[in-house]
Amino acid sequence: MMRCVTRSNTISSESIVSVSMVLNQCLRRIGHVLSFGPRNYSTASKQMNVRDALNSALDEEMSADSRVFMMGEEVGEYQGAYKITKGLLDKYGPDRVVDTPITEAGFAGIGVGAAYYGLRPVVEFMTFNFSMQAIDHIINSAAKMNYMSSGEISVPIVFRGPNGAAAGVSSQHSQCYAAWFGSIPGLKVLTPYSSEDARGLLKSAIRDPDPVVFLENELLYGESFPITEEALDSSFCIPLGRAKIEREGKDVTIVAYSKMVSYSLMAAEILSKEGISAEVINLRSIRPLDRDAINVSVRKTNRLVTVEEGFPQHGVGAEICASVVEESFEYLDAPVERICGADVPMPYAANLERLAVPQIDDIVRASKRACYRSTSGSMTVSG
Amino acid sequence: MESFSVANLAVVPQPAATFFDRPCSFLTGSHLKAPFRSITKSNSPISSSAIPKPIRAVFSEVVAAGSNLGCQQEMITREEGLIIYEDMILGRTFEDMCAQMYYRGKMFGFVHLYNGQEAVSTGFIKLLKQQDCVVSTYRDHVHALSKGVTARSVMAELFGKATGCCRGQGGSMHMFSKEFNMLGGFAFIGEGIPVATGAAFTSKYKREVLKEPCDDVTLAFFGDGTCNNGQFFECLNMAVLWKLPIVFVVENNLWAIGMSHLRSTSDPEIWKKGAAFGMPGVHVDGMDVLKVREVAKEAISRARRGDGPTLVECETYRFRGHSLADPDELRNPDEKAHYAARDPIVAFKKYLIEKNLAKESDLKSIEKKIDELIDDAVEFAEASPVPPRSQLLENVFADPKGFGIGPDGKYRCEDPGFTQGTAQV
Repeated sequence: MMRCVTRSNTISSESIVSVSMVLNQCLRRIGHVLSFGPRNYSTASKQMNVRDALNSALDEEMSADSRVFMMGEEVGEYQGAYKITKGLLDKYGPDRVVDTPITEAGFAGIGVGAAYYGLRPVVEFMTFNFSMQAIDHIINSAAKMNYMSSGEISVPIVFRGPNGAAAGVSSQHSQCYAAWFGSIPGLKVLTPYSSEDARGLLKSAIRDPDPVVFLENELLYGESFPITEEALDSSFCIPLGRAKIEREGKDVTIVAYSKMVSYSLMAAEILSKEGISAEVINLRSIRPLDRDAINVSVRKTNRLVTVEEGFPQHGVGAEICASVVEESFEYLDAPVERICGADVPMPYAANLERLAVPQIDDIVRASKRACYRSTSGSMTVSG
Repeated sequence: MESFSVANLAVVPQPAATFFDRPCSFLTGSHLKAPFRSITKSNSPISSSAIPKPIRAVFSEVVAAGSNLGCQQEMITREEGLIIYEDMILGRTFEDMCAQMYYRGKMFGFVHLYNGQEAVSTGFIKLLKQQDCVVSTYRDHVHALSKGVTARSVMAELFGKATGCCRGQGGSMHMFSKEFNMLGGFAFIGEGIPVATGAAFTSKYKREVLKEPCDDVTLAFFGDGTCNNGQFFECLNMAVLWKLPIVFVVENNLWAIGMSHLRSTSDPEIWKKGAAFGMPGVHVDGMDVLKVREVAKEAISRARRGDGPTLVECETYRFRGHSLADPDELRNPDEKAHYAARDPIVAFKKYLIEKNLAKESDLKSIEKKIDELIDDAVEFAEASPVPPRSQLLENVFADPKGFGIGPDGKYRCEDPGFTQGTAQV
């Protein structure tokens, strides 16, 4: 189901809207149990998709502060490779929405320099895979600058773009960079999930005085979420480093970010039918990581499952596990379950790709394992 | 940089690329002493930069006269002509079939088609030996086919089946073949250029250090957008510095997704940039396979002789969008019409018939043969199995278990006395 919507992601937004409308209609007609995103409460009146949320956030921040400008490949005349910057060129002109040649190292560096000297750039990478060509600037020129200069020069720059796996785009286009960027002191790393997250976090990121890596997800761009009036307000900002409890529960904590939050929520639905009440935490921020929220939740439920799309070794789940073991060891009733992407470059073939990315059943199975296993049992000899 | 209206285009036929006016001083490296003058087409008004904003409709004379092909000194034989024609038809038919299959959901992800640019691929690659290397970008299906990779294995790869050239693990953008020395297939712009330069480095190393008789040449194909990327310039420098047997082929189709070459490049004439590094830079009409072939012959034989690299800018055009998901709204329809009128296959077919190198029926039978080949490839791909689950974890390393090579030169994991680490869990 997901794949149908996403394959049209880089087609014009009209076709995306029509595809997702058709899908939503089908789902409502079938009365399907599974829904996209969090449950619809009657009080949430409006729906907004992540693409529009990001676009509106950029628009508002650019109109509020004329030092904010956008830079990247295809952000202007093409309206954005994924149509996130649609309409911004017409509104703000080519001096503030700058189409660059294809040279990530070059334009990321130019963005950093502009930030040193007083502007507030928003640099778009067509996908974060291309940030590897610019990673020297992100880390050495941007992240480390405030420290090296002892506070003399701060770098109020935002690097944004889609991160992680899409559908059928093979190994060089599917890597998740949350863990790599999350290990760098001096960098803030954000991973929005819903439209509200996208709006609030992007606005906070643009206003932030430090370099922010803003990891979106291509498959989420077309998804609609309910959005409150408060979130639509132009001063709406979400604090960095604070996770959100998407669903309260008492039996197991599932921590995820970005796309995996939707899978976790669906898994939580399935688990609730089997009598397991799962608490789903949407991290929102990889750095600073909201260790307190995770630990408080684990102290309540005593079991933890982390979910991420990235590679397992040295991943975000590894850091969360270490944090929980360090701070809430006595509270754990079961070993921490880590669900990650497979430890292989992303294959192209559709069936292999499905195996390489976490699926909802993986989360369900891991949560069940966490609930039925106890720490004392696993250490005995006979088992 | 002057801009020329299309009227000039119609009246002045494309001259053949006349590089190498035989100033031997250039070829022997004395350019280092004298101020360098790049030897290229001297006064052809047609360069990619000359195409300004709205294009007026092309004069019918251009199409009727086939004047693009008027200036060949070179005669090809009938056999060569048929091989060239068949290769271009193969490329075109394959790509059209890819579009069909994509819209039927057999292929997925990013698929970038090569329609319109066949003259460049055929013109260059058909002059290569099997041991010569080709490195390309994500628009690599036709480069792979011209190099010799079978249509069946490319189609199966696109379908994501285990019989594909990379067993379904690579996909459209990552065509690799050790047998035919197709070294990729890269998703990132500019990524293939250093790789190609490295392959050329290997050829030279084999010849000079390993003392093997090696005159293998490497071709690096890339687009106009890549010519603004640092890696391009870095490799031009190193290729000249070390006199590597490589030809840098720029497929200038004027557009990088939706970014016009003219908007993103301070000096759009890419062929000139070779001069800054001491390399001959040539501009050629990439819609004319014979012109491309003529330039390619010189460039490739230059590399084979050990005289170093060449930069060839081919003015070409992609008839379809950047990828099958690209709405292609920014390109002017007049520009598209202008280039559609210069379709390399149509022009070459006309040439063959006019020069009596082939009859209409010969060409029809080639087209039929290729149609059957492609249909067979599709059936093969459909019928092939998807990769088995066990394939997911294979090929991460060349080394089966990751424990490396032992002192006897064999993999440690194959040594019966080797235990995995010191602890057993």
